[in-house]
Amino acid sequence: MLTSLCWNNLSGDGLPVVTELLRVNQLVCERDERLLFKGLNFTLNTGEMLQVTGANGSGKTSLLRILATLTDDYEGEIYFAGQAIQAVLIAYRQQQLYIGHAPGIKGPLTPIENLRWLQGWYQSLSLHTIENALAKVGLHGYEDVPCYSLSAGQQRRVALAQLYLSHQALWILDEPFTAIDLKGVQHLESFLAEQASQGRSIILTTHHQLNVPDGLVKKLNVADYGE
Amino acid sequence: MVSELNVPALTIKPVAVSPGGAAWITLCRDLRLGFRRQAELINPPLFFLIVVTLFPLGISPDPAFLAKLAPGVIWIAALLATLLAMDSLFRGDYEDGALDLLLIVPQPLFMHVLAKVTAHWLLTGLPLLVLAPILALMLSLPSQAYTTLIASLALGTPLLSLLGAIGAALTVGIRRGGMLLSLLILPLYIPVLLLGTGAVVAASEGLPAAGQLLWLAVLLTLGLTLAPFAIAAGLKITASG
Repeated sequence: MLTSLCWNNLSGDGLPVVTELLRVNQLVCERDERLLFKGLNFTLNTGEMLQVTGANGSGKTSLLRILATLTDDYEGEIYFAGQAIQAVLIAYRQQQLYIGHAPGIKGPLTPIENLRWLQGWYQSLSLHTIENALAKVGLHGYEDVPCYSLSAGQQRRVALAQLYLSHQALWILDEPFTAIDLKGVQHLESFLAEQASQGRSIILTTHHQLNVPDGLVKKLNVADYGE
Repeated sequence: MVSELNVPALTIKPVAVSPGGAAWITLCRDLRLGFRRQAELINPPLFFLIVVTLFPLGISPDPAFLAKLAPGVIWIAALLATLLAMDSLFRGDYEDGALDLLLIVPQPLFMHVLAKVTAHWLLTGLPLLVLAPILALMLSLPSQAYTTLIASLALGTPLLSLLGAIGAALTVGIRRGGMLLSLLILPLYIPVLLLGTGAVVAASEGLPAAGQLLWLAVLLTLGLTLAPFAIAAGLKITASG
């Protein structure tokens, strides 16, 4: 057997150690009586990136919403670290960071206030840490500006600043590069690759050719599982 | 195993703030948002004020007549002002994706829901309580009924917010769900209205009102303990639909 399948494998301080983070088995998803995909399988190990591709409307976002536990409306099994996700839901939710199409950035709040609650449910953050994260996404000097006065790309950057604060093991990113400029995309790609090489698992949808080292990215075309 | 895969193994460490701490963050965020959106903040109290002031103008300025009308008018206006504000409870979060994030937090959802409803009541219900004595004076409500009026509104408006939130959670996914929301929750508002006006009428006639107030307290306790679960379930249905 290639991967450790149970949480009996504990680290020195009694916490589970895993290498197989996510396994999806025979996933079927229907929306409005239309079959989006069936028999979808994949495994995601720690330190791997999974690029989900497929035409518009093929079910990429639906797949990501299922993986983010936003909906129970599917058939098939999903295992987190060898355990069915329903059985370890709280642990799973602690370990995943989901940034969707609409990333939940509040216009009247400043980037600092937005990040303080977006990540605040997971960890307590110092002002310094948040300012650092904002500087890394190129928003130095915008810390105290209400988000509605920022451009679409800048608002997306506020959401992406969560990546620099996150301790979660699994990142689920729906079109993270939307509205980001070329230089920002390059920067983000190398950051994602670096994080993956340190053991983080990343699932993302994008139509763009990821510029990261070979072997780091697995590809999954949702349309292959459609009708 | 690990070397074969050539990836570092992951240690699953707990990553989460305590449920109370997380609910506090949600409460503070909603209050802050509310104060930044002052135009929305002013709506329910303004509506309350306008509706009540129109009665003496439209019906009769006779103090004795108005005193009879006062409990009902104030309570109905408070109920409608709460109803008016209800649609905004989850609307903003639904539209900008924040609701999705709320649904997948590691803490129990009902804690966050309770925090959101509390913030919403502090922003929309509490101002009505502050305005009520002024409007009671305007409608010549007998002075012995003032404390009962405030007490009935203090117990009743949080209950209206909790009940309204159930409807708001179910209708937030529907475009223009406002009408449906009213139809859905008005029947639930009737008992609260009956008890609230009953208490104030009794007090203004010099009768004891403790019975009605205690019933309101009972319903509020029930609402506080059960409604958050119903609201959370409603939001989950909305998100998967």
